[in-house]
Amino acid sequence: MQNPYLPYPVRIDDITVETEDKSLKTFKFVFLKPGDEEKFAYRAGQFAELSIAGLGEIPIGIASSPTEKGFVKFTVFKTGKVTSHLHAMKEGDIMGVRGPMGNSYPWDLLEGKNVVIIGGGFAFTTLRSSIVYMLHPENRSKFNDIHVIYGARSPGMLLYKEELMAWAERDDINMHITVDGTDDPEWKYHKGFVPAITEQEAPPGDADTYAIVCGPPIMIKFTQPVLDKLGYGHDQIIMSLENRMKCGVGICGHCNIGKELVCKDGPVFTLDQLNKTPKEY
Amino acid sequence: MKVIQIKPSELDAGLEKLESACRLIGPVKEKSYHLFKTLEPDQKPDLAYINTRLSAKSVLYPQSEVMFEFSLDKNDDQYAILKEPEKDRTPRAVIGIRPCDADAYEVCRRNFDTEEYKDPYWLKNYEATTLVGLACSNPCPTCFCTSAGSGPFSDRNLDILLVDNGDGYLARIITDKGEKLAASAGWNTEAGSDAEAAIEKKCGEAESKIKSSVAADNLEKHSLIDLYEAESAIWEPEGFACINCGTCTYACPTCWCFDVQDETYGKSGVRMRNWDSCMYPLFSLHASGHNPRDTKIARVRQRFMHKLKYYVDKYEKGIQCTGCGRCVRLCPVSIDIRRVCNKMNSYDPETCRCEVASG
Repeated sequence: MQNPYLPYPVRIDDITVETEDKSLKTFKFVFLKPGDEEKFAYRAGQFAELSIAGLGEIPIGIASSPTEKGFVKFTVFKTGKVTSHLHAMKEGDIMGVRGPMGNSYPWDLLEGKNVVIIGGGFAFTTLRSSIVYMLHPENRSKFNDIHVIYGARSPGMLLYKEELMAWAERDDINMHITVDGTDDPEWKYHKGFVPAITEQEAPPGDADTYAIVCGPPIMIKFTQPVLDKLGYGHDQIIMSLENRMKCGVGICGHCNIGKELVCKDGPVFTLDQLNKTPKEY
Repeated sequence: MKVIQIKPSELDAGLEKLESACRLIGPVKEKSYHLFKTLEPDQKPDLAYINTRLSAKSVLYPQSEVMFEFSLDKNDDQYAILKEPEKDRTPRAVIGIRPCDADAYEVCRRNFDTEEYKDPYWLKNYEATTLVGLACSNPCPTCFCTSAGSGPFSDRNLDILLVDNGDGYLARIITDKGEKLAASAGWNTEAGSDAEAAIEKKCGEAESKIKSSVAADNLEKHSLIDLYEAESAIWEPEGFACINCGTCTYACPTCWCFDVQDETYGKSGVRMRNWDSCMYPLFSLHASGHNPRDTKIARVRQRFMHKLKYYVDKYEKGIQCTGCGRCVRLCPVSIDIRRVCNKMNSYDPETCRCEVASG
């Protein structure tokens, strides 16, 4: 009987400080045991439990893409006991990764469709995974137009900045990068909040267009009326939830919203599904 | 199914034989209350008990359980690698479990044994256990098992059902596991051909003594959101007195939620799980400080919605309750799941009223 609570041992291979306030770091892990990477086959939008012996586990979205081989990456905001300890860990340290967990974005459904990714702040991790996945030469032809609207407080708070700039130069993806404000005279992207840029840049909703929205509650609150106005149906607005979790496999009972468990039935839900669910997230 | 006659002296002799074949667990009285414990050599289960204060869920699912062990010694080549500890999975038998508690195992099994993930700790304990149930001839006033998918003689999740017939027991042998246990105990005196009829008669008498019930027939038909939003009719009056003590969740045989915590001792540590309770604010608190269930009313609603609506909709196997009545007896502020269930069942979203008055 396989133990679903047992993490795969991993080594921290690389640590990148992502933001100017140093509150976000990306950890690149390599699996210690041969075969574990194959067992950890995942889809963009899934998450995993990062495990530190002696401290506990935290559920974190997978930031690397299934098309990137040899490692798995997570971007972690320093906030509690485990994340604070993780931020103090060094390359070469041993810890654990357990997963992948959850349902991922609906990739079968999105094939042949226009995909509009709307992200804010540090909720961009599984969106990065999704973009890298869609832009991979084997996958790009499966999707029509790709739009990305991504905003942060300031240029220094954007995640994956180099990749963002590189994607902005490509002609097979429409990048709409924005910051709340900046006094950088060289800043050549948008200034303004995500809902406003969405209204300005997102394509109108139709049967072939899906929006994936991930961000802080305030961004989601003000983006939804914009998407309504643009004509997006609630079954075409896809969101990823977070809740306090322990087991990650639908057994411990912590993360339910109504009869759904965010860890196993989610974390990805359509707005249509969420409309029928208690707002306990 | 065959029925065996066990005389009082044969019961004790059989248990002595079983002691060498497996671990025996049974109800014993400690201070004022009964609880399930592994029996010491020569200790007998107290089969005159009514029911235990805490349920039998801890037999398969201890309140605290080590899941993994690890070394925190950096010189150790297994440093920080989690290992499942060796656990005692030798056969054990629970002697005298009440049918409501055995039926609760089936409810919990739906959670611990799923298509995608299997909880090895719960399942291995379950597989190693033979359940010798004790029919209830004298149910409590708070028992409502007959309307909660169980019953005083329910044997759906037992291997053997013992029925007190005044002069020892009639034992209905239900499964192969039960057959084997009876054989190793030397219980082999087949009862007369009227034994089944005698058990049925006693069952009817016991069922007729159960005067309290819940109505659950409409729960599935109700809209989940309608019930969730029934604040003024159900959740505010029911939650008003709640002190979020969590007693109901600890006493309940079907409350299965757990927390996971790491503990360290010098250069070694364990990852363990502990029963958790949705009555506590920490249960749903995010690291950001946001809490989706930040009021006691929301937490009381969660407990009852889980048992009486979410579970009902998810599994289509009735309610997540077997009617043992422990939460009714132990609640310090007299919140009664029977009243809450009847309110939910009779709720009319048009008028926002229930047919049951607040207690």
